[in-house]
Amino acid sequence: MSCKSCKKDQQEIPVTVNWKEITKGGTISAAGNAHQFKTGDWRSMKPVWLVEKCKQCLLCYPVCPDTSILINEEGKRTDFDYDHCKGCGVCVKVCPFKAIDFVEESK
Amino acid sequence: MAIRERMSGNEAIAVAMKQINPDVVAAFPITPSTEVPQYFSQFVADGSVNTEFVAVESEHSAMSACVGASAAGARAMTATSANGLALMWEVLYIAAASRLPIVLACVNRTLSGPLNIHNDHSDSMGARDSGWIQMYSENNQEAYDNTLMANRIAEHPEVLLPVMVCQDGFITSHAIENIELLEDDKVTAFVGEYSPEEYLLDKENPIAVGPLDHFTYCFEHKRQQAEAMIQAKKVVLQVSEEFAKLTGRKYSLFEEYKTEDAEVCMVVLNSTAGTAKYVVDQMRAEGKKVGMIKPRLFRPFPVDEITAALSRFKAVAVMDKADSFNAAGGPLFTDVSSAMFAKGVFGPKMINYIYGLGGRDVKATDLELVYNELLKIASTGKVDSVYNYLGVRE
Repeated sequence: MSCKSCKKDQQEIPVTVNWKEITKGGTISAAGNAHQFKTGDWRSMKPVWLVEKCKQCLLCYPVCPDTSILINEEGKRTDFDYDHCKGCGVCVKVCPFKAIDFVEESK
Repeated sequence: MAIRERMSGNEAIAVAMKQINPDVVAAFPITPSTEVPQYFSQFVADGSVNTEFVAVESEHSAMSACVGASAAGARAMTATSANGLALMWEVLYIAAASRLPIVLACVNRTLSGPLNIHNDHSDSMGARDSGWIQMYSENNQEAYDNTLMANRIAEHPEVLLPVMVCQDGFITSHAIENIELLEDDKVTAFVGEYSPEEYLLDKENPIAVGPLDHFTYCFEHKRQQAEAMIQAKKVVLQVSEEFAKLTGRKYSLFEEYKTEDAEVCMVVLNSTAGTAKYVVDQMRAEGKKVGMIKPRLFRPFPVDEITAALSRFKAVAVMDKADSFNAAGGPLFTDVSSAMFAKGVFGPKMINYIYGLGGRDVKATDLELVYNELLKIASTGKVDSVYNYLGVRE
């Protein structure tokens, strides 16, 4: 499986795998599998990127405890990776331009 | 030509380890297994092995270091007893579930408390559900032979489980007896190189070992681990057959002693089987049809074979040198009797004796008492008491 955001090939162990085919002792034979573990649904608060206020200073990028602030090939930040952002709000606090809103998660 | 020697059970294990020349030995001293790493560290100091000897600060660390070494791709071995094994507990399960073929010499000693350094089987019996293969040894020769076979069994691709080789603390670990050793080169050829399919230090094929494993996959891993234990029986027999060709010493899942025409039988582990053989000979001389079965492989438990063997007798006594404190008999008894029920073998009357706890001496007269009780049951068909204690002051 190829991942859209990081462009890496990843081994995926399907949820339908049976005991005869699963790896012995649970070994994982390719890096980056944590990406497939979607943790975004843990979130109760959600950061919202306000494009018009963002100056692309990128102070938010290094403080994200995950890698949920995505950077494009031009080195500019794009939208959040909501599959993995847990809504900790550190990026909201660190933004000098109030370019990240913090709202309650709603289904 | 085999080498005629005389040595203790502990030295026999250490010599086997020297000949195996594992990559890593991590161990912590505890009576009565202390001599194993003691002898072995001398071999390391003398340069007669290439092993990395890790003098750890506890048994928890010893097993953890073995897990790390084994996951890295090394052949790892250790030795312990009693509370040392207890301190390894959580890591024993991790070693088995991570499918790491570590070999451990367990010199059986009473698990505290009360505080006691002498022999019974409460230590290894407590680890019987940890996922380790368990082999029991009557004397120094069997301890040596089982150790030489252990790596082969553990590392077999259909098994990949850790192996515990048990022998009786002090009784055989410290008693010096005659032994036949193999030549070093023959051991090297028999044991072979350890070449795991995947390991941490394989930089071309990196893996992660022991990741988080929740309900989506964990059950499948457990089922796979159970299958490895099922397959282990076949592999034990294969390796034992190969070993017999090399040494002439034949081992199976259990040893039967004078059972062909026996009416009654005792099932007993480790060194007490030696005493039982003496008693069988004495009673046979008096015309009594008594026999003995000594399980060698306890995990996996040879259900089909042991029930088939026991089905021929009128009465069977299962001897436990450990109590389960379950008001329902010792661990060997509950395994044997549930196997008999599951296989529909209802012929023999079954009784259980808890014996020799805390190193209480087991005399020939004690075992004679058991055989006489069995003969009485065989002739009357009546069992007065299923659960019994042998050799305790009433």
